[in-house]
Amino acid sequence: MTETASMFRPAADGFGSPRSPEPAIEVSDVSLRFETRDGPVHALSHVQLKVARGEFVSFIGPSGCGKTTLLRAVADLETPTLGDIRVEGMSAEEARLKRRYGYVFQAPALYPWRTVARNIALPLEIMGFAKPEREARVKKGLELVNLGGFGNKFPWQLSGGMQQRASIARALSFDPDILLMDEPFGALDEIVRDMLNQQLLRLWEVTGKTVLFVTHSIPEAVFLSTHIVVMSPRPGRITDIIACNFPRDRQLEIRETPEFLAIANRVRHGLRAGHSYDG
Amino acid sequence: MKSLLPITTVVLAVLAIWYVAAATLNADLQRDAYANAGRTDYSTAELIVDSLNMERPKLPGPHQVASEMVKSIVVISPTSKRSLVYHGLITLEETLIGFAIGAALGIGLAVVIVSVRWLDRSLTPWLIASQTVPIIALAPMIVVILNQFDITGVAPKAAIAAYLSFFPITVGMVKGLRAPDPLQLDLMRTYSASQSQTFLKLRAPMSAPYFFASMKIGAAAALVGAIVAEVTKSEDGGLGARLLAGSYYGQTVQIWAALFAAAALSAVLVGIVGLVGRIAEHRMGFVR
Amino acid sequence: MIDRRLADLVPPFLLGLVFLAAWELVVRAANVPAIILPAPSAIAARFVVSVPTLAADFWQTIKGVLAGYVLGCGSGLVVAILVDRSDFLRRGLLPFGNLVSALPIVGIAPIMVMWFGFDWPSKAAVVVVMTFFPMLVNTVAGLESASSMERDLMKTYAATDWQTLTALRLPAALPFVFNALKVNTTLAMIGAIVAEFFGTPIVGMGFRISTEVGHLGIDMVWATILVAALTGSAFYGLVAAIERRVTFWHASFRRREA
Ligand SMILES: Nc1ncnc2c1ncn2[C@@H]1O[C@H](COP(=O)(O)OP(=O)(O)OP(=O)(O)O)[C@@H](O)[C@H]1O
Ligand SMILES: [Mg+2]
Repeated sequence: MTETASMFRPAADGFGSPRSPEPAIEVSDVSLRFETRDGPVHALSHVQLKVARGEFVSFIGPSGCGKTTLLRAVADLETPTLGDIRVEGMSAEEARLKRRYGYVFQAPALYPWRTVARNIALPLEIMGFAKPEREARVKKGLELVNLGGFGNKFPWQLSGGMQQRASIARALSFDPDILLMDEPFGALDEIVRDMLNQQLLRLWEVTGKTVLFVTHSIPEAVFLSTHIVVMSPRPGRITDIIACNFPRDRQLEIRETPEFLAIANRVRHGLRAGHSYDG
Repeated sequence: MKSLLPITTVVLAVLAIWYVAAATLNADLQRDAYANAGRTDYSTAELIVDSLNMERPKLPGPHQVASEMVKSIVVISPTSKRSLVYHGLITLEETLIGFAIGAALGIGLAVVIVSVRWLDRSLTPWLIASQTVPIIALAPMIVVILNQFDITGVAPKAAIAAYLSFFPITVGMVKGLRAPDPLQLDLMRTYSASQSQTFLKLRAPMSAPYFFASMKIGAAAALVGAIVAEVTKSEDGGLGARLLAGSYYGQTVQIWAALFAAAALSAVLVGIVGLVGRIAEHRMGFVR
Repeated sequence: MIDRRLADLVPPFLLGLVFLAAWELVVRAANVPAIILPAPSAIAARFVVSVPTLAADFWQTIKGVLAGYVLGCGSGLVVAILVDRSDFLRRGLLPFGNLVSALPIVGIAPIMVMWFGFDWPSKAAVVVVMTFFPMLVNTVAGLESASSMERDLMKTYAATDWQTLTALRLPAALPFVFNALKVNTTLAMIGAIVAEFFGTPIVGMGFRISTEVGHLGIDMVWATILVAALTGSAFYGLVAAIERRVTFWHASFRRREA
């Protein structure tokens, strides 16, 4: 389309660790158009992406560039107009029916008529887990997100950040291989965010899950990810993919290192380039 | 347009059920009629056809109601007391007068309630409670009381129509004028807007959807009020009087025809209010 | 909490007292004839001496109200859940139901009296027809009311239709169902009383009103209206109390520190 875009067009052969030959997620030349009353909206245009198992991939880009849409397409909540998405070698729909991923929405989406504990148990009930197993998992989940004493509260009795943490526990409760997270920490204060970032990192390190993570925060993206995907709007597309090869057991302190800052700078440049199209 | 086929299907299904029900319900009556006439040689087909064309069936067939309606709306002169147009116009007049009065009073009271705090606190609970009371029970008494004052004809029925539409309109409008959320009201306060400015610029426009919703409910309620009033005071005519006369003389076809005329009247009234509301809400940007 | 609620009741209570006092005063001062407007004290006196009659009327009417209410609301709910399975049916029945909901259904009262006789079943039949459509329309709307994100959540779990219905859509529909249940309490009372205007055995609130109006026994009419008002409010209050317990989570009830 434009010079910059073609310069940064990512290689189709993917990236990431070569441990597993089959990528966890493979997005091939996906375009997605919404037909609205004011004409079509090109939410995604020719998106190519390969994510190997165990990767932590962050998506960053200006508002409206299609991050949520891409995540929803991977989750089979939207159907691409063109192109193909494979999740663990299956179609997106098969992967959804086999319950391969947990999704954390931009808002908590907790059911107000269920207590926090029963909200976390919801997927377990649907997937037919036995009661004792459910209780054990709910307890573990509540502790994981530091909501130990709040299981019997209703979601509307909690703060926004606590609700979001409950929704993360809900996504983790059935132990899916893949986590799709859409700005999960957007509503949280910096300190809680740092804490949850570290917890998420530990969890990822221990379990080896594949994580797709949407964020607006550059430091968060750099700190968490093995790769950062920079996107740009109108039409929504990938303009850069930046590798971040910090050790998996990284600590918050690495945010002060020159390597970290260099990557953060590159992301910032990519974002600026994206914004300049709005011009 | 996508709904055309489903709606047609449902309507056809209702008609089919109606025919089956009519034939079943009337068969016994028709058998008795044959027995009285000393006939035993009738076939099933004959029984069904005759059951659907009785003079005083338990349930008339749709075609009977339709032909009665055609007869009493188109054929009979609208000045005759056997014309549904004649009775329909009486009901319509009462309904419209009542609705206009009820709406004016209802809106007025709602405005007063949201502006005067002590009235709000003391009157609103009563208004809400009034919703749960079958106020229609008062209708016969109102007719009689007004009669004592020599108020007869259209007036007592319009009064009942007004009084039945008044409560839902008041309640709906109070809700509507209260629709602005605290943030929007605070915004007006930062401008140090006067009460009337807040009312004109915020409360009134915000209440538009509630206004049209309560107008629809109010119009339907006014019609019910007029019809019930006519039942309790049937000598001046009206669709309610037709219903009552039909039930006295076992004229089921006439009852059904009056019922459908009332239904059509209600649908048209509510439809017009709804249409006006849709257009207005569209213009005001409440619906996209 | 309780204190606040009690305090909220004081102004309407006072207004009611003032209103009654004014009524009594005007009737006495202006010597209004009892056949136009009896004084509250006269109505109260009539009420006290007529308790047996009023009680018999109450039981007669309430039979039709309750039987019709349960049947009408129940069948409306069931049909709504069935209709919900089919987009075709929903699209066909919904405009139909909306139309019928706005019609003067009480008009079927004479027909029902012909079909089911003078006693309470004919009143129940009127009530069934009157309450069925509001319940149908509200429940169908309620089943649609879950937000798209809440539904997407169920989709990511690959939940079956049945699971989505029981875990999400029915609970989300409850506020709408209760709305219909509340509206229907009034409709049921209206239906039963008006149906009695068209014929009853010699008992029932509607019968009492129409005959006493005929004899100009206006104090008895008011006493009966008082019973109807108390019954209607109590019926509504009961349903509203159940609603509060069942849908405490809904935005209109919830309190943070509940
Ligand atoms: N259901 C829809 N119908 C029509 N257009 C849509 C729909 N969903 C998204 N869009 C459009 O698609 C584009 C991408 O939206 P998307 O939600 O993916 O953005 P985003 O990158 O997640 O933005 P944000 O950072 O604000 O969450 C936007 O222009 C949006 O208006
Ligand atoms: Mg988004």
